[in-house]
Amino acid sequence: MTTFGWPEVLFIVRAAGWTLLLTAIAFLIGGLMGGVLAILRLSRVKLLRRFASGYILVIQSIPVLMVLFMSYYGLSLFGIELPPFFAASASLAIYVSAYLAEIWRGSIEAVPFQQWEASSSLAHSPAQTYRYVILPQAVRISLPPTVGFLVQLVKNTSIVSVVGFVELSRAGQLVNNATFQPFQIFTLVAAIYFAICFPLSRLSRHLEKVMNASRPH
Amino acid sequence: MRYQFQFDAVFAEADRILNGVLLTIGLSFGAIVLGLALAVLLVAAKSLFGRWVGMLVDAYVELMRNTPFLVQLFMMFFGLPLIGIRMSGTEAALLAMTLNLGAYATEIIRAGVDSIHRSQIEAGLSLAMTKRQVFQYVVLMPALARVWPALSSQFVLMLLASSICSFISVPELSGTAAIIEQNTFRSFETYIVVTLIYLALALSLKVSLLWLGRRIFPRLSSLDRLDAKAEAA
Repeated sequence: MTTFGWPEVLFIVRAAGWTLLLTAIAFLIGGLMGGVLAILRLSRVKLLRRFASGYILVIQSIPVLMVLFMSYYGLSLFGIELPPFFAASASLAIYVSAYLAEIWRGSIEAVPFQQWEASSSLAHSPAQTYRYVILPQAVRISLPPTVGFLVQLVKNTSIVSVVGFVELSRAGQLVNNATFQPFQIFTLVAAIYFAICFPLSRLSRHLEKVMNASRPH
Repeated sequence: MRYQFQFDAVFAEADRILNGVLLTIGLSFGAIVLGLALAVLLVAAKSLFGRWVGMLVDAYVELMRNTPFLVQLFMMFFGLPLIGIRMSGTEAALLAMTLNLGAYATEIIRAGVDSIHRSQIEAGLSLAMTKRQVFQYVVLMPALARVWPALSSQFVLMLLASSICSFISVPELSGTAAIIEQNTFRSFETYIVVTLIYLALALSLKVSLLWLGRRIFPRLSSLDRLDAKAEAA
């Protein structure tokens, strides 16, 4: 039986890199999808609105774990044999898209409606209104919750270990199976997650203060 | 290749699924009740006792909120036996869920308590209420009424997160799904059925929490609506 030494620590630290990579990919793809969904959710066409809100409702009401299983087993049924990394990023991106879509829609709606009126009275087209008036303000509003959601995403990457992808949690499990020193191992794993998430939480809280400073109540 | 869906094999295990559903509901209900109680106690401790208690509570909240639920679960299940606390998977799951939800609920309720206007507390104190009475009668209930929607979302998220307890072989809904999948080799069908059940559970929890909120805080939430109207006018 091996003990928990430097090679094991290095193994776990390296796996943290995969956690970060998975987070980045899921956030980028999910962000793109979420942006599209937010626009659909605000569209004038009822069918598109319905589709987007239905998608968001369903994805927000089922566990990420189920999304993961469905994409892992579902895709392989149709003959698409994807490595676990792809199934993992695809399902996390789906999860991300539903939550970011809601955060961003809320941020767009939080821009006072007088801004729309003011912009259209300046003869701006709807596209110009979005580009020059609404989005710059919506981005300010959305930044703190978006960073806050990033914390949720980092933590939720831990569940992809179930399809055999070796990220931080899976590395911890593997080392624990070999050495059975769970306290040391999972303390280290938790500490690494904490080191990633805590600064993000703080940043989110800080942004909340900074971004609201100019906002009269 | 055309895939033939076969749901019969999955439905043949209906008993097992039902047990899984019951355990998921039981775990979530237990965690909601215990986690809410824990959170109220911690918020009360924070506002009634000194700075040190407040810092301890903050440390617990930040620790829980910045590490994954899965790692917390592993700590309870694999870690605690080493210091002599032995628990079954289900007990470890309930403990981890309670501690996790407790931290989030603490943060949410604290935000509600912070939103209570100072003048309310001063009014309470000027009526010769003790600090404890003010917290109990003047601060807590309006604070809870105000943050009930946020708490409800957190409860639903906990129901969904309970699926992670299958990682330590707790036979709740997704743990059951793993067993059925091994028995029937019908992975996709199994997870379709289980996902639909989760969807139904989450939506009914959401609806019943909204209803419950209106039942518990009828006067308070209508007062808040009046406040909002007055502010808008």
